[in-house]
Amino acid sequence: MGSPAFAHIHVDDAGGVLEVRLRDRHILDEGEIRTIGEEIDRALAQSDSTRVVMDFSDVEHLSSSALGLLITLNSRLQDAGGGLCLVHIAAPIGEVFRITRLDQVLSIQPDMSSGRSAVGGDA
Amino acid sequence: MSGPERWIRSWRVTGHRSSTQPIVEEVQQAIEAAALGEAVAFAVRLAMEEAVANAVRHGHGGDESREFDLEAYVDADEVRLSVEDAGLGFDPDFVPDPTAEENLTIASGRGLALMRAFMTSVTIVPPGNRIELVWRRSSSDSANC
Repeated sequence: MGSPAFAHIHVDDAGGVLEVRLRDRHILDEGEIRTIGEEIDRALAQSDSTRVVMDFSDVEHLSSSALGLLITLNSRLQDAGGGLCLVHIAAPIGEVFRITRLDQVLSIQPDMSSGRSAVGGDA
Repeated sequence: MSGPERWIRSWRVTGHRSSTQPIVEEVQQAIEAAALGEAVAFAVRLAMEEAVANAVRHGHGGDESREFDLEAYVDADEVRLSVEDAGLGFDPDFVPDPTAEENLTIASGRGLALMRAFMTSVTIVPPGNRIELVWRRSSSDSANC
C-alpha cells in the first residue's frame, strides 16, 4: 500500500512490516522532525504493524534532534512488541551513529531485505 | 577560492530557520569554493546546525524571534565559526556524556558531542553563551591531497 498523503515520508505496508522511506535530503529542522514523527505516528495508526524499517537512501544530513526521534520511536515499537531497523545509511551518517554509540542501541542493516529480517518480517 | 584567499562574514539574525538556513548554505558555498571536500562540508553543516539549534533552544528558550550573532571564516586550510546568543550561557562540564551507558537511550543531549567529534576544536567561551568551532586541515589531510 503506497501512502502519497505524507509530505516527508513514503510508506509501504508490506507483509506486516511498515517500510518508511524518508524523502528529505536534510533532516535538520526541529519543526520538520516533529512533522516526520507525526507522519510516522499516523502511518502506524493506519497499520496493524509495530515493525518498521526506515530507509535512509535519500538522506544526506541529520541532526541530533532526528536521533532523538529515532530513539523514541525505537523504544515505543519495542515496548509494543515490535522493532525498528534503519537501512541504506550513508557512510557519514553511519559515523554519526557510531560516535553517539547509537549503533549499539538501534538496529542498522545494509538493505531493505536484511532490515525486514531484522524486525522479524519476511525478507 | 585558492591560496591565501580568505572568506569572512558576520551576521546578526533571528532564530527562524528562514533566517539561518541561507547562512548555512552561504558557508557551504564558501567551503565548496575553497575545495575543502565533502567530508568537511558535512562536518561543518552538522556542527553549525547543532550550534544554531542550541542557541535557539537553550540560549533563547526556544524563542526564534530573538537575535544572535554568527561569524564565519573559511580559507583553504581552515573553517572557523562562532555562534553567540543572548542567553545566560552554560557550563559544558555539566553536560552529561551521551555515550555513557546510562544515557544511551535518552532522546536529547548529543549536539555538543557531535560538534566535538566532527570539528578539530570546540570552545565554549565563558559564561557559555558563545561557542567557537574550528575545523583545521591536518598534516595527514595535506598528505592525502
